[in-house]
Amino acid sequence: MSQSLLLQNVTVVNPDAVFVSDVLIQNGRVSAIGNGLTGDIVVNGSGLYASSGFVDLHTHLREPGKEEAETIESGSRAAALGGYTAVVAMPNTDPAQDNVATVAFVREQGIKAGLCEVLPSGCITVGRLGESLAPFDQLAKVGVTLCTDDGNGVQSESLMQQALVAAKKLNITMAQHCEVSEMTIGAAMHDGECCSHLGVPGWPAEAEVQMVLRDIELVRRTGGRLHLLHLSTAESVALVRDAKKEGLPITAEVTPHHLSLQDTLLKSFNPIFKVNPPLRTPRDIEALKEGLADGTIDAVATDHAPHAGHTKEQPLDVAPPGMLGLETALAVVNTAVTLDVQKLAALMSWNPARIARLESHQGRPLAVGEPANIAVWDTTSVWTVQKDALASKSKNTPYHGMAVRGRVHHTIFNGELVVHEGKALK
Amino acid sequence: MKHLLDTHDLSIDDIVNILDVADRMAEVNRRQVPKVPALKGKTIATVFFEDSTRTRLSFETAARRLSADVLTFLASSSSVNKGESLRDTIETLSAMGVQAFVVRHKSSGVPLQLSQWTDASVINAGDGWHQHPTQGLLDAYTITREFGTPTSLAGRTVAIVGDIKHSRVARSNIDLFTRLGARVVLVAPPSLLPSHVETWPVDVRSTMDDVIDNVDVVYLLRMQLERMQSASIPNLAEYTRLYALTPERAAVLQDHALLMHPGPMNRGVEITVDPADVAGSRILQQVTNGVSIRMAVLFTLLGGDSVSSLTAGGEA
Repeated sequence: MSQSLLLQNVTVVNPDAVFVSDVLIQNGRVSAIGNGLTGDIVVNGSGLYASSGFVDLHTHLREPGKEEAETIESGSRAAALGGYTAVVAMPNTDPAQDNVATVAFVREQGIKAGLCEVLPSGCITVGRLGESLAPFDQLAKVGVTLCTDDGNGVQSESLMQQALVAAKKLNITMAQHCEVSEMTIGAAMHDGECCSHLGVPGWPAEAEVQMVLRDIELVRRTGGRLHLLHLSTAESVALVRDAKKEGLPITAEVTPHHLSLQDTLLKSFNPIFKVNPPLRTPRDIEALKEGLADGTIDAVATDHAPHAGHTKEQPLDVAPPGMLGLETALAVVNTAVTLDVQKLAALMSWNPARIARLESHQGRPLAVGEPANIAVWDTTSVWTVQKDALASKSKNTPYHGMAVRGRVHHTIFNGELVVHEGKALK
Repeated sequence: MKHLLDTHDLSIDDIVNILDVADRMAEVNRRQVPKVPALKGKTIATVFFEDSTRTRLSFETAARRLSADVLTFLASSSSVNKGESLRDTIETLSAMGVQAFVVRHKSSGVPLQLSQWTDASVINAGDGWHQHPTQGLLDAYTITREFGTPTSLAGRTVAIVGDIKHSRVARSNIDLFTRLGARVVLVAPPSLLPSHVETWPVDVRSTMDDVIDNVDVVYLLRMQLERMQSASIPNLAEYTRLYALTPERAAVLQDHALLMHPGPMNRGVEITVDPADVAGSRILQQVTNGVSIRMAVLFTLLGGDSVSSLTAGGEA
């Protein structure tokens, strides 16, 4: 018998109820729920919520290939500090996760780090080049549940159609980065009024909308399951809303930054605010929030994209897009949007766990016998983001110096306390 | 004022003051020995990541006439081509003891980015499609002095013709001209207008003939021939037919109307008349005024000891 861990007097957030209780954890599972429990290690949960651990559908861990920006270990630590007990590792590594060996490597490095579950995604096309399909059947056999060329949209309609046909057959999900690339050549920020005045090559909303439109039609044709990554425009939200009403097997995510930051931040020409898709307008932000509220958007996903500092000291049109997200996600979403705690847990944990097909052990209710993957958090603590205090190897957070509300206090992964009082224990 | 990055950072008072100082500089430039000790002991570096010999020479001439020392950094012959970051470049040059950087870059925003990594002043000598503030100031100077209204362009109409979308000159000029009271009319094919042009403080016309006989200034932009490849305009002949200043169009200009161009001209593309044949042409005057304006900007930013240093005259 391992030592038991007691969350004392915590407010449990489950899909069917929110209630104050003690939660006892032993041997990797919840062993008791009730009042007056005792345990070997006691964590005071007064005034804090406990939900299933968060699940990030969209994490760039950069290993293998760009270890100077992030490693699977440093990214896992950032995840745990953000309350995540599982992350889906994006496949734009070098080599890309288009083969069994690389997928196995990423998974093993995640197990070795032991801070959260690392689920490698696969590519849709070989090398993410958009030319030929990745070996989905082999990838599915080693546990890949979601394939994407994230960073690139699959430009070819016929390839995407074949991918969705395969997705249906293999019971996996194709996750699309919606961007018609010929509409965004050289683009560095949202093509709007601000961009027009700044003289920066613009990233039109239509480049996203056109691919959302096309892919909805492909799902209609094939029945393959499609997940839409990082929606950023009002029009995309409207299209997905209608597609869902039609009953198509489509899910969608939004990032914390697209809910909280707008294109005018680029007036600083600071590449820290450059991201793909770009920060949009207040109108888009409102539509994304409505999409969250009415269920059109299923999940918050970080698109955590570490970049070494010097790469963000290049001209705006040259610097790589992307920003950190794991350690600030809960706070940023909670600050930007008013959501009840069950909705927050649904967006951060329950829904993404299902989309990633991790629902056997992630995104579970806190109940006796369930695997103990748990985040303990609040929605009221105000704190100031400090980039140097982040565990990520890179420091490219757009929130440095900003006050946010809501904090992750403790994270329990596989029954083990990996984050205690905001500090990683390994 | 520490930097000159964007015309929008200048108040009307700042603009009028720079134009006033430029009058004094123009007076220096008319002397037999056009040199004053105003910035003696200061070091000014021209840092051109993108070639522009004219603009660089204009700044360097301005600096030397104020007795500053000049460093010339050309990216084509430097470590930038070996992958040095912007920050490393500017920090290295700063370490040599530089009081002002004059920066040209093909990417919008670079001068602003650089200003965070140096204690020196940064002067934007053109960044991407964004801004070219000294061009805007020298153009405002040229027009206000021609019309004898040193603080205002009220009641004047300026037509800016050509590739507005990709033009840093247009962005600086539109801001300065409109804030000085002018009405600005853009004349360009739709593909060469910026997106969201309806949010700009301008009118838009689709051919030169719509405006040519009732404007006070025709400002031609250089047609970037490489835009042809990106299919932004149907073809050069079509462009010339609708947008060039031809002898016929020059003939219907109002008597007092000015012809301006930031240079270098593409003869036979945006201009088919010989500017020497247009009485209102101020194209060479712009170049002369450019030196005065850049002297005024350097003097203003680097706090030339006092105005008396301008009247001392002669080689120091």
